[in-house]
Amino acid sequence: MEFFNHHKSLFLTALILFVVLTILVAIQPAIQNQKNNAVLPNATALSPQEMAGKKSFIAHGCVACHTQQVRNVAMDKAWGDRPGIAADYAANTRMDIWRNTATLMGTERTGPDLTNVGIRQSSMAWNLVHLYQPRAVVESSIMPAYPWLFEVKEILSRTDVEVSLPEKFREGIRGKIVATEEALALVAYLQSLKQTPLPDGKVANTFLYEKEKQAAEDKDAALPDGKVLYTKFCSSCHQSNGEGLPGAFPPLKGSPIVNGTDLELFVSIIMQGYDARAEFAVMSPIGTINNLSPEEVAAIINHEKTSWGNNAKKVSKEEVKKIMDFIKQMEVQ
Amino acid sequence: MERINLWSEWGIVITVVLISIPVIIAAFIVFYRTRAIIQAFLQKKEVENFQRYLQMMSPEEKAQLEEKERASAYRLNNQELGSDRKAKDSRGLINQVQEVTDLRFIEKKKKSQPRPNIDPAHSKLILWYIGCAIFWLVFGTSVGEYLGIKFVAPDIDHLSWLSFGRLRPVHTNAVFWGWASLAMIGLAYYVIPRVSNAAIPSVRAAYASLILINTSVVAGTLSLMAGINNSGGEYREYTWPVMLLFGLGVFISLRNFYKNIAIRSTKEIYVSNWYIISAMMFVLVIAVVAYWPSWQNGLGETIIQGYYMHQGVGMWFMLFNLGLMYYFLPQQLNKPIYSYSLGIVAFWSQILFYTLIGTHHFIFSAIPWWLQTIAIIGSVGMIIPVVAGTTNFLMTFKGSWHKLASSYTLPFYLVGIVFYFTGSLQGTAEAFRFTNLIWHFTDFTVAHSHLTMYGIICFMLWGFIYTLVPRLTGKEPPQLLVGSHFWLAFIGLLFYTIPLMLGSTLRGMMWMEGKAFIESVELMAPFWLWRAIGGSLMWFSHLIFAYNFYLMVRKTKGQSIPNSPSEILKAKQALETQGIEIAG
Repeated sequence: MEFFNHHKSLFLTALILFVVLTILVAIQPAIQNQKNNAVLPNATALSPQEMAGKKSFIAHGCVACHTQQVRNVAMDKAWGDRPGIAADYAANTRMDIWRNTATLMGTERTGPDLTNVGIRQSSMAWNLVHLYQPRAVVESSIMPAYPWLFEVKEILSRTDVEVSLPEKFREGIRGKIVATEEALALVAYLQSLKQTPLPDGKVANTFLYEKEKQAAEDKDAALPDGKVLYTKFCSSCHQSNGEGLPGAFPPLKGSPIVNGTDLELFVSIIMQGYDARAEFAVMSPIGTINNLSPEEVAAIINHEKTSWGNNAKKVSKEEVKKIMDFIKQMEVQ
Repeated sequence: MERINLWSEWGIVITVVLISIPVIIAAFIVFYRTRAIIQAFLQKKEVENFQRYLQMMSPEEKAQLEEKERASAYRLNNQELGSDRKAKDSRGLINQVQEVTDLRFIEKKKKSQPRPNIDPAHSKLILWYIGCAIFWLVFGTSVGEYLGIKFVAPDIDHLSWLSFGRLRPVHTNAVFWGWASLAMIGLAYYVIPRVSNAAIPSVRAAYASLILINTSVVAGTLSLMAGINNSGGEYREYTWPVMLLFGLGVFISLRNFYKNIAIRSTKEIYVSNWYIISAMMFVLVIAVVAYWPSWQNGLGETIIQGYYMHQGVGMWFMLFNLGLMYYFLPQQLNKPIYSYSLGIVAFWSQILFYTLIGTHHFIFSAIPWWLQTIAIIGSVGMIIPVVAGTTNFLMTFKGSWHKLASSYTLPFYLVGIVFYFTGSLQGTAEAFRFTNLIWHFTDFTVAHSHLTMYGIICFMLWGFIYTLVPRLTGKEPPQLLVGSHFWLAFIGLLFYTIPLMLGSTLRGMMWMEGKAFIESVELMAPFWLWRAIGGSLMWFSHLIFAYNFYLMVRKTKGQSIPNSPSEILKAKQALETQGIEIAG
């Protein structure tokens, strides 16, 4: 064909075809998307400190291993209460003249998704230890350590936040390990990562590929698997062997509260947090943050009461429910 | 601050070791270069002695030499045995019997074809491109190797510049924009003038393009390590000023190529040129779309990201390499491409379908469902260009399979073509919604990108380089070393990808079962170890490749001392005429 022997018309045709397709599948949908989506009304913007943390998150390339997207498939339920929607990302605009928009959705989940990590991992102390040396709190973690976000000081000033690092990981450092401003900002950013609830009356998209529930299991009214719940909500601090971390998180193995009979105290620690002992970090109200049901709390308590050599009497979900209702009433008043 | 003992930091030790490897190599090179200089000096002395000998040559000696020359010029007329004349030459009929000296264990492959007539300045340009590309290959994969080790030993260093999140884009961008891009453009500087049958319009512009691209990768690498990036879209980590340098470099070469085709002395535009010119135009469009700020708010950024990272791979690396393949494969097999029109069908269908598939990286995300569906349909449509291309190449091979055994370049071509088929179709399979469910977010993606970028692109480029460079320099690497490069890279790639794919499948299934996340990390540990082992083999093969390139381009000067009677006489004659000229 004669047309194929004309370099101008041949290459121009190829270029036009490519540009037209590009406009159709990339540019036009992108413009459409940024025009038609607004931020959810109850979403909060990042504070200056959180924004500084986000910049640090970007500079350290955390997105290489951590996604920030909950897909509408059942396996992603672990990362959020509802699938992500375009509005969740609408607040992201260009960072500055040098940097593009950072939705930080990511493509690799070498580490956990962070969409809702502010709820899942709310403890400041845990986050700082984890940043300084991830293997101090999660033994088989392969996350890089970020010691350059910390400094060593002899004497603490009033505003300094010390990291409660177990002796084993201090590697001969005798001074006090203090979080720099960047580390605090980064943790503030992580803690700000929470899924915004949809406005009233809006129904979230459904998760696809839901596993078919075994009908028998539901009717049996048996408690959920306490070990799975413990791994999900408790083990990052108290460790899977229940021994905690000396200097940071207390052991549950042989603990008088876990093995004792004061169920009211036990449930209130889970639901309201705990800060009675100076030698350990503050515990955040894990049960309330994660909206745990009485069945789930009972399952966790029973797992703790019967594992790692603990051998205390199990509790029923009714007992737990009564205390939880009481706590709720107290909070309302 | 407490003092830190630097030598107890593994990162330092390893960095030092990694740096010392090229240093040791450089020391070797310096040693051999000095030795060569000394030898050249001694040789010069010998030449002077020889000159003196020529000057003082007595008439008897000259007569003797003339006699010797007559003797060596003597040819049998096949009547000697039947003749009764007395033989003048006392020597026998056979002389200089050589014994077989090579190892029978390694098969002897064919030598490369003799060097075509190429302007030395032009071939120097191509060698510079390929040399820079190889530097980035060795650098980029050294970083990749170190990242692989970090999966097994996360506490290997505690330095911000070497932390995982920063080094990962250094690795990907260095091998993309440094190694593969420079190698492709360098090879195109050979292909386009040849198939257009016209000289390259501007060698200077070509060097400018080379310098711009190299500067871009150096600046990009440093800024990424310092923590300055473009907010984390994959392969889009270089900030815009850095990417601008790359774009300018490509633009200058594109203009050069386009002019070259415009002044062609052939009527047709060979199909290689279609692919190469289009790839260069498209990569510029892709870069502008990806860096232009007007459509990047919110999810707009993600839609563009999906488009960008897939077009970068498919419209730049793949399209360009296919173009090179349409030149080098027929040339290596010494026969025309099986079907020219199939190549044209593959060209247009690749543009049509490939452009659509970007968003398949974000299936099940908040991106509009219709866009995800189009991406999946486009991924299926990719079967057309892939099957057309593979058929075309394999049918060209047909009838020449015997050449495979006797060539050291063709195995690279074949592996490239085979991975073109399997790797591309694997991409189609991954885009289906269910497979996506298991594999998305796992290391399966990493395995896939290595099967394609390494299995297809790198193997093809190696084949082309081993074909071309000996023709430019007239020197070939030892076949044993080329073979080692091939097998280490190939076996390494399999060790790398197969365990990763297996582990990722198990990991994805674990996620679907709702097991605790950390258990899936523990599950991957042995597979990550295998990946590091495979990666080490691949990395080692690149060192061999770099050495082979050195063997192909090194200059062996050294003057040859005449030792056959005719050469000595010729030298004498030359000296005498020179003397006359001076006297006259």
